[in-house]
Amino acid sequence: MEATVRETVEQKPERLLDRQVIDDQEAVTAAATVGKPFVEAPKMAMRNVNVFYGEKQAIFDVSMDIGSNEVVSMIGPSGCGKSTFLRALNRMNDTIEGCWIEGSLQLEGQDIYDPKLDVVPLRARVGMVFQKPNPFPKSIYDNVAYGPRIHGLVDRRADLDEVVETSLQRAGLWNEVKDRLAQPGTGLSGGQQQRLCIARTIAVSPEVILMDEPCSALDPIATAKIEELIAELSENFTIAIVTHSMQQAARVSSRTAYFHLGKLIEVNDTEKVFTNPEHELTEAYITGRFG
Amino acid sequence: MNKNTQRTIDLVNRNLAKRYRAEKRFRFYGLLSISFGLLCLVLLFTDIIGKGHSAFLQTYVALDVHFDADVLGIDNIDDETQLTVANYDGVIRKALLERFSDVRSRRDKRQLYALVSNGAGFDLQDVFRERPEQWLGKTETLWLLADDDVDTYVKSRTASGEAFTGRLSENQQRWVEALIADERIEKRFNTIFFTSGDSREPELAGIRGAIMGSLFTLMVTLVLSFPIGVAAAVYLEEYAPKNKWTDLIEVNINNLAAVPSIIFGLLGLAIFINFFEMPRSIPLVGGIVLTLMTLPTIIISSRASIKAVPPSIREAALGIGASKMQMILHHVLPLAMPGMLTGAIIGMAQALGETAPLLMIGMVAFIVDIPGGATDPATVLPVQIFLWSDSPERAFVERTSAAIMVLLAFLIVMNTLAVWLRKRLERRW
Amino acid sequence: MDTSTLLAVTAALTALAYVIGRGRSLSQAANVGGIRNLNSLPFYYGMLTALWCGLPALALLILWVIFDEPIIHALVIDSLPEQMRQLSGSELGLLINSVENIAAGNSAAMGVDPHLQAASERLISLREASRQALVVVVLCGGLLFGIFGWARVRPQLKARVQVETTFKLALLLCSCIAIVTTLGIVLSVLFESLRFFQTVSFFDFIFGLDWSPQMAIRADQVGSSGAFGAVPLFVGTLLISAIAMLVAVPTGLMAAIYLSEYAGRRLRAVVKPLLEVLAGIPTVVYGFFAALTVAPMIRDNGAVLGLDVSSESALAAGLVMGVMIIPFVSSLSDDVINAVPQSLRDGSFGLGATRSETIRQVVIPAALPGIVGGVLLAVSRAIGETMIVVMAAGLAANLTANPLESVTTVTVQIVTLLVGDQEFDSPKTLSAFALGLMLFVVTLTLNYIALHVVRKYREQYE
Repeated sequence: MEATVRETVEQKPERLLDRQVIDDQEAVTAAATVGKPFVEAPKMAMRNVNVFYGEKQAIFDVSMDIGSNEVVSMIGPSGCGKSTFLRALNRMNDTIEGCWIEGSLQLEGQDIYDPKLDVVPLRARVGMVFQKPNPFPKSIYDNVAYGPRIHGLVDRRADLDEVVETSLQRAGLWNEVKDRLAQPGTGLSGGQQQRLCIARTIAVSPEVILMDEPCSALDPIATAKIEELIAELSENFTIAIVTHSMQQAARVSSRTAYFHLGKLIEVNDTEKVFTNPEHELTEAYITGRFG
Repeated sequence: MNKNTQRTIDLVNRNLAKRYRAEKRFRFYGLLSISFGLLCLVLLFTDIIGKGHSAFLQTYVALDVHFDADVLGIDNIDDETQLTVANYDGVIRKALLERFSDVRSRRDKRQLYALVSNGAGFDLQDVFRERPEQWLGKTETLWLLADDDVDTYVKSRTASGEAFTGRLSENQQRWVEALIADERIEKRFNTIFFTSGDSREPELAGIRGAIMGSLFTLMVTLVLSFPIGVAAAVYLEEYAPKNKWTDLIEVNINNLAAVPSIIFGLLGLAIFINFFEMPRSIPLVGGIVLTLMTLPTIIISSRASIKAVPPSIREAALGIGASKMQMILHHVLPLAMPGMLTGAIIGMAQALGETAPLLMIGMVAFIVDIPGGATDPATVLPVQIFLWSDSPERAFVERTSAAIMVLLAFLIVMNTLAVWLRKRLERRW
Repeated sequence: MDTSTLLAVTAALTALAYVIGRGRSLSQAANVGGIRNLNSLPFYYGMLTALWCGLPALALLILWVIFDEPIIHALVIDSLPEQMRQLSGSELGLLINSVENIAAGNSAAMGVDPHLQAASERLISLREASRQALVVVVLCGGLLFGIFGWARVRPQLKARVQVETTFKLALLLCSCIAIVTTLGIVLSVLFESLRFFQTVSFFDFIFGLDWSPQMAIRADQVGSSGAFGAVPLFVGTLLISAIAMLVAVPTGLMAAIYLSEYAGRRLRAVVKPLLEVLAGIPTVVYGFFAALTVAPMIRDNGAVLGLDVSSESALAAGLVMGVMIIPFVSSLSDDVINAVPQSLRDGSFGLGATRSETIRQVVIPAALPGIVGGVLLAVSRAIGETMIVVMAAGLAANLTANPLESVTTVTVQIVTLLVGDQEFDSPKTLSAFALGLMLFVVTLTLNYIALHVVRKYREQYE
């Protein structure tokens, strides 16, 4: 099945690169994922995932794995569903009215959409960093301490201090803010705010961190710092990052997934995706023919 | 690391039950608050309706009235004066005495006469004067208005025979029971309540005067506040330069919207009554005071609906060479009109329910006559409610509640109209 | 011709001016080769002529109505004999009153001072003359200015610009009414208060602990010397407002939270308007409910518990006032809670917070300035609320913090002092204005702070 589809794709390359086909929902939906979407002993395993917003389907039959301690980046043109898919991974779509999900999503073998499963511990295990830095209107300290506090992770003030300090250090923010922990987090610069949000997330010690275009609101220098940070964090955390920038995907991730019109087109080692993509659409996208 | 994360999730799970209990509690508080609010609403309405519904019926007593020319003092039925001054009360008294022939003492007689309302004589006069030649000297069974104490007694009478006696003496109760046994007591729809003005006698008191007073007051308010409010809104949205003066106007409008209404009453008293020496108790002054009070509401809502007209419409008008005034009159105002009307209706509803400022300018007087214009002394519906609520008679309690029901009905109609107007006419851009 | 007929005639004259002004511009257009050669459309020429006719007539009418009475009075006084004119201001006022009474035919014809009788006849004739002169002056004024405006109509006249300038000025005038109103409030309340503070010292008023405003009518009357210490009123007002806020703030806030964060769309669509009904009910209805249902209920329940509850307890008034303010608090809180960006909620949910944790620790702190602003507005509302307390709270100025006792409030006293006939020179009447001044200053300050806080809050998230 997979092979035949790929064949048809190869047979008519000019047709696929035709504007019409790029926008043709049916043709894209009919395509199958190429590359190596699956890994051994995955941290998270998604199979045949469909996401709907009311009547509108946003994600079509996506299957892929995320391995332990790897950085997977998700790229694709705007509206391709990469953020929607990411938000499905820790059930953040629950907060959107009229959104529902089909298929199986598992975290270490456990179905995360099991009606009996509790989203609170799930989100403690799968944390999220958002597109726009969203520090709470509290002090820097309270922002980072928020997660440990609500989850009751520490009992003593000294332990909490330690968690805050380590988290800020790992987020590379400690040196900049250690003298003004009591000041509001909203007073930091954009890049600092985003690192604060990352520190806030890692303070809970999640197993997976989802990042939804974490640098889209930042300048290049702040972006570089976040990217460095992602590289460091990948030693301890599994990271899935949605990004609009192909360069960023190339720099930070080990595997890259390409989404198009809600369909997962290709998943491959990042190097392969950017040097020798298997699918015409991927190639067209990374060479900048649309997007 | 793995060990560490394992520890995290264990810690999270350890506290989960407690956190969910807190969640449930919090949710419960929310539900409790809403239920409390709704409960108060239900309680208020059931209380008012429970107290007031009986006022829409009025007790009447059937008596065999003999139109005796001697008692009436009429010897020439074509003489209008004689017909006017005739002793109709005497006829009623005689009818009562005939019905209860065992009543002898003066005290008892007075008590007996008190069963029928003071106003019954006037009703009798109206009946009689329609066909004096036919009625004179005849005996007719007529339904006469009962006194309020009898009315209260009859209405509160339960199947087991218990009733609120109030000021009724034992004798009077006995007589009323006898009349009931004869089926000579009947409850009919209370037209008096809707057709007459205020009275000291509950059974003769009605809300017509107050409703007319409210109507004239609201007319003055509407005529003044709507054009002025719209004009002010147009100026602020379309012309006003961004400067200190405009800021001052805006701050003033917003503040005035939150100033206690009684302050407007003080303003009316000091400026209109004391300084300009306008008469007290008239809808004109009341309307002016309420205009000042509702203007901020109308300005604010008119501004919102002018703001909602998209700039592209203005640009289109200006682009083909319309002047600013033409742009406003031809395009902006017609498009913003539904929103402005909605705001005006809501402002009027507010003014209709307002009491305190009108107390200040003397609209609390006891006025029996039904006002015929904006310069006749009058009271308004909420003030009438306030006045009646102070009266000790139990019959006034039900009338107060009934007046409240009428007031609320008006308000509900106005607000429904506003909602309907908004849904029906307002355009979404 | 009475004033309303005169107004109608003036309006008709104005309409006529429009027609002939427009007609003149049309006939002139024919001379210069069509309407396109006029400076403005004929409509504007008509409007301009109408303005020239109507505005002066209206101005004359208003001036006349304001000034005719004082002038007539002055003329009548001038006609009085010498010794009567020497009287002081207030005595002259009384004199004029009796002249008015004679003129209105209210006084017995017998035993009237012939001078006053003559004066009253003069008054009547002057009034009649004034009425007739008014008609002549207004109509002639309108006509003259209208003809002037009509004569100005020529093709070069920039009628449109002039009409639009007038239009703009009229709008500006209307928008200034808000300022005039505030000024009117300040001046009227301040002026009467100053007169009050001439007899009673400001500090006695602000810090005095005794309030009994009944003044002796005769100098030798006992027991009512009049004391104007307003502290018991302030305490009573605060007590009732505090009870109201204790009911309204938690309930309103929680209701808003539940409706905006938990309730489904359908529940919200039903419950929200129902709660708003509570806000639309006139205060006199709440007052009736408080006085006839809630207060007796509380008193009877108190009696069961062995408590001595006044039938005009602060508790009853406060409770009902609280219920009235619930929708006010909840709709203001609803607004500010909805203004909190979704990204903050997402941030909290993303960390695994439960809904209530998110609300309590992120949403509420973020919305706090707005909520505080809303609560301040609600407090201002409670302090200024009149009918509920007039009907359900007492008149006796008890200095107590016990909610089961009867207290009185600033607004209750204002109403009690000013309902009925007042003499504007007794401290009793004037004290109501001093209380009004306090009320105005306090509520204005609260409103100003609240509106400022709320505006700053909104700007933060815009």
